[in-house]
Amino acid sequence: MMTRRTFVKNGVAAFTVSLAAPRFLSDLARAQGASSRNLIVLDLSGGNDGLSLLVPYTDSFYYSRRPTLAIPAASVLQIGTDTSGKALGLHPKLTGLKDIFNQGRLAVIQRVGYANSSRSHFAGTDIWSTANPANSSESGWVGRYLATLAPPLDPLVAWNTTGDTPHALQSPSVSVASIPSVSGYAFNSPNSGAEAQLERSTAATIASHVPVDKPHIAFVGTTAQAALATLDRVASVGTYKPSVTYPNNGFGQALQAIAGAMSKGIGTKVFWVQTGGFDTHASQDTTNDNGAYVKLMVTLNDGLTALYTDLKNTGLLNDTLMLSFSEFGRRITENGSKGTDHGAASVMLAMGGGVRGGLFGTAASLNPDASNPTLENSGGDVTFETDFRAAYARVIDNWLGGDSVGVLGGNFKTGPAFV
Amino acid sequence: MAIDHLLRRAGFGASSDDLAEYEPLSYSEAVDRLVNYEAIPDDVDSKIGQPGYVGTTSNGPFSPDTVINDARQRWLFRMIHSNRPLQEKMTLFWHNYFATGYSKVAGAAKADGGTTLMNGQIDFLRTNALGNLRDLLLGIAKDPAMLIWLDGDTNTKAKPQENFGRELMELFSRGVGYYTEDDVYAAARVFTGWNLDKSFKFVFNANAHETTAKTFSFPIYADGGRTIPARAASAGMQDGIDLINALAMHQETATRVVTKLYNYFVSETVTPNPAFIAGLADTYLRNASAIQPVVAQILLSPQFQDPSVVFTRYSWPAEFVARAIKETGWTGFSVGSALTPMINMSQQLYEPPNVAGWVLGQAWFSTGAMLARMNFASTLALNQKFRLATAATGARSSPQALVAFMTSRLTAPFDSTSDLAAYASGGAAWTGSDAQLQAKASGLAHLILGSPEYQFV
Repeated sequence: MMTRRTFVKNGVAAFTVSLAAPRFLSDLARAQGASSRNLIVLDLSGGNDGLSLLVPYTDSFYYSRRPTLAIPAASVLQIGTDTSGKALGLHPKLTGLKDIFNQGRLAVIQRVGYANSSRSHFAGTDIWSTANPANSSESGWVGRYLATLAPPLDPLVAWNTTGDTPHALQSPSVSVASIPSVSGYAFNSPNSGAEAQLERSTAATIASHVPVDKPHIAFVGTTAQAALATLDRVASVGTYKPSVTYPNNGFGQALQAIAGAMSKGIGTKVFWVQTGGFDTHASQDTTNDNGAYVKLMVTLNDGLTALYTDLKNTGLLNDTLMLSFSEFGRRITENGSKGTDHGAASVMLAMGGGVRGGLFGTAASLNPDASNPTLENSGGDVTFETDFRAAYARVIDNWLGGDSVGVLGGNFKTGPAFV
Repeated sequence: MAIDHLLRRAGFGASSDDLAEYEPLSYSEAVDRLVNYEAIPDDVDSKIGQPGYVGTTSNGPFSPDTVINDARQRWLFRMIHSNRPLQEKMTLFWHNYFATGYSKVAGAAKADGGTTLMNGQIDFLRTNALGNLRDLLLGIAKDPAMLIWLDGDTNTKAKPQENFGRELMELFSRGVGYYTEDDVYAAARVFTGWNLDKSFKFVFNANAHETTAKTFSFPIYADGGRTIPARAASAGMQDGIDLINALAMHQETATRVVTKLYNYFVSETVTPNPAFIAGLADTYLRNASAIQPVVAQILLSPQFQDPSVVFTRYSWPAEFVARAIKETGWTGFSVGSALTPMINMSQQLYEPPNVAGWVLGQAWFSTGAMLARMNFASTLALNQKFRLATAATGARSSPQALVAFMTSRLTAPFDSTSDLAAYASGGAAWTGSDAQLQAKASGLAHLILGSPEYQFV
């Protein structure tokens, strides 16, 4: 059974002995801080339909297999041909991302996945999170990377913008901050003035007592300590005045907080952001303004374009790499509900000042013939060409300056040179 | 102590009234009262809005049948005040097990209709809270909110829809690794025609049912047969009943469900003794997938009563909120004040993150979620400031006496209360004045409820 429990249980004891001493925090924040590179991992949760994001608009099987979902060739945003000569275009709503592509700062990596792709959201997410198809209950790949940094780690070394800590960030030895709302990240009190100050200092004292014989209480105490130790730095992010207006949705606001954290130099190296709704089993509607997939693309485009422009304006773009993933792609043939079911390989996006933009990998032929090597599941799904761990390795080695072999537990240095 | 533990795990903690009711009972009598709740009248909803109970906050008349935030408040009210705490506790368990999200349902049925459909599902789970898994599976397969949530309403023979069939096996019965992709396709075809009519009522559309035989990788029938036979469309609903009857009685399902119940009631971190799990699974299978005897066996087991597991389970936000209110006091407080904090604690009722439910245990305790708990503690302590001070009048003689009073009211496994005592005696010299009692009693409530120790049940 897929579960985090085994990992969590084994992780507790190690966790409690590697506490960062709070008094080092400001130095640590500087040492690990603003001048170094940032990574933003974007989770497109639900299973993104790569064939609607990156459209093979000259493949006749794309149109015959998707009678209601295919995007007309005339409306796709053409971005050229891949090395196999196949012409491709972005979804019509990705206008900002096309501009970034034209500036050479967006890489579109085709057919990323792994062998025997799981069609389960949860097993699939765990595999992408652990970077280990054989054991999806171990620690997360980002968490393992963070664990290679020189200790003690700053509690803000990673900033998760969602409520729950994603599996990819989990590690026995690294605690990451979950800050879905900057304004909610504060310490309230039923009293005021000196009494409230005394409550805050007492809360910190209580949290600092880490009972070695009660690892569960120690875990929560460590979390509380980290929360109290990071309040003031996170509050500074709330004062950030962006140079552009971010979309007024959860994704846009999370990206604004990330830009603010970078701008205020609070020392975070890895950010995690998520936008969901990609599990389009029914009424996927890729072309009408109120269509489900159209809205997903608008959210994606407007958020990432705002982030890109803001960071470019503030001079932080060259320090930033955004990498997107989804737990799987979707079935090629549309289903009877005008949607698509769970599939296999999909596209990844990489965006940032250090990105070598362009189209990477080759598109699948969508011919359902059983001998077509680019498809699997009797011609039903797109087969992977690039191992997802090769994309991770590229980021770890070439962007973060880490050791991908150690973090990923194997040599995956074979991937496209997008960074 | 045993009763406290029992009421934290099999309920949402104990108010002083609850303790008075349960303490005269022997342990097994207390378990019996909790498990056989059908004997106790279910009149809790009639108390909403009456003096002496926690309040609610609404825009306009309180409308839990059609307004989702009012439905959420009604459920919190039930967790706090129901005389059938185990029924509410198991309803929460099933809400996580059959996790269905309001937003998608409301997207199809509008806000008021979505609320009604979600209430219908939760009420069904409540009615069957200790019933048979077989009945739960069959009911959930026909449940309108679930049919929207997992797209079953669009599942037709023209193009079978895999979503429900997959999760039925992965999450609701056997578990991942115990079914194949071909099983998913077969299960999708089994449930073709299990749809909704225009008013969101379940309907079996025989015309949309795929009638050919469906073969699985596991037994469907008692003789070991793995193939659901081809049937006339008019009789096609039997396909789904056959599949559910089989899944409910598989050993894999039994082990999976009783392990989840063990994790919920006994421990998430102590690996269960395999013989204990096997015994529970055996009880489940011998009783035709009935949950009540399994839960009774757990609550009466030495494993459950072992002192080493007391106060070790990471509390769910709903458990934390309900227990904090029950122990601190509720007069003048509204459960509406808990709705936004619970979002920040990562548990919005009726809105689990996905069909796998919430991620439990340590995952509840991100920094942001921990601050949300501390800040809810502050909100509650501020609201109850004067009542706490009044209740603590008899403990005004010294800071230590006040700490003793507060830690007996708000239960947490502190090794030492010296930090609390230092806080109580900090600042101005102790006089025991009303103003000082108000400041210190509320400050202590804030610190205790927001402490790491309090976050466990």
